[in-house]
Amino acid sequence: MVTGNYKLQLFDPRTGGFMPSSPGLGMHVEIRDPDDKIILSRVYSSEGRFTFTSHTPGEHVICLYSNSTKWFSGSQLRVHFDIQVGEHAIDYANVAQKEKLTELQLRVRQLLDQVDQIAKEQNYQRYREERFRQTSDSTNQRVLWWSISQIGILVGMGFWQMRHLKSFFEAKKLV
Amino acid sequence: MEKVWLLVAVAASVLARAAAVELTFELPDNAKECFYEEIEKGTECTLEYQVVTGGHYDVDVLVEGPARQILYREIKQQYGQFQFTPDHTGTYQVCFSNEFSTFSHKLIYVDFQVGDEPQLPGVGEHFTAMTQMESSSQKVHENLNSIIDYQTHHRLQEAQSRKRAEDLNERVLFWAVGETLGILVIAVGQVMILKNFFADKKSNQAAY
Repeated sequence: MVTGNYKLQLFDPRTGGFMPSSPGLGMHVEIRDPDDKIILSRVYSSEGRFTFTSHTPGEHVICLYSNSTKWFSGSQLRVHFDIQVGEHAIDYANVAQKEKLTELQLRVRQLLDQVDQIAKEQNYQRYREERFRQTSDSTNQRVLWWSISQIGILVGMGFWQMRHLKSFFEAKKLV
Repeated sequence: MEKVWLLVAVAASVLARAAAVELTFELPDNAKECFYEEIEKGTECTLEYQVVTGGHYDVDVLVEGPARQILYREIKQQYGQFQFTPDHTGTYQVCFSNEFSTFSHKLIYVDFQVGDEPQLPGVGEHFTAMTQMESSSQKVHENLNSIIDYQTHHRLQEAQSRKRAEDLNERVLFWAVGETLGILVIAVGQVMILKNFFADKKSNQAAY
């Protein structure tokens, strides 16, 4: 689970600082999974929070585009951004309140979540290692095929050249 | 939808005091990306970075304080760690520069920790000593934290190795196909040029 929250602030040239909140500014958030499929594509206001859970292991891309109108272009924009992944994304104060856990129970819950994350990461590594091994095997195979076919091509071309030239010289009555 | 170019880059965290940001971002070639963080004096901060993919796996790093004083500067580093405790409250900036590279964009992992990890709500509020259960669960928590940290490093290293292996795989294919074509062209070309020599001589002889 990944949670991100951001806040946009527009530079105010009159005061030399940043305006505390700027209505009218928006942010287009686009999240793509490792297969380049769009998981989330939404426009939020100048302050927002988004959450998503990944279903495929791999590299996810999170893009933030500002959709301000042309009037704002050229000025400075300050973006506050915070992203939390996995067990960092869990808000324990919320969990404690909702499930009425004591301190120790909350601590144990945190440990369980951490161990869960570790297990997920190990699973991910297993999948990655398999891909890596496949790539290496493929490279190995390709090098083997290439060297065999290289020798074949060289020998073949040598023969063709000799035969072609021989017939050429015989035709020209030089041999 | 208009895409407005953000002239000022990202400020790392919305929350004050204790915060940690861990992310991997793409640094385009000839670009410089900066992250800003408002830090109060006395909070111990740790910055860790690693170049995951791209080019020669190196990046320039610059950490500046609020008065523009240089706290940490490294040229063409692959990974590094920097711990500091700021003397002044203000906006600190961490800049990663890829300006020396002309065509390789880089993927960089950054872990910027400000202050200590936020405690669980309720923990640390009592002034009595912790029970054995509490202290041993605290220890387990710290150990699990370091396991997760090792796993992160392992994941980054694996991503780097895998990218290199995939590049190698692609390059072997291109090289094999390209070289085969090259050999064919050269073989046919040699024969044609040789034939050309003899043909010219013959026609020259005929002319005289």
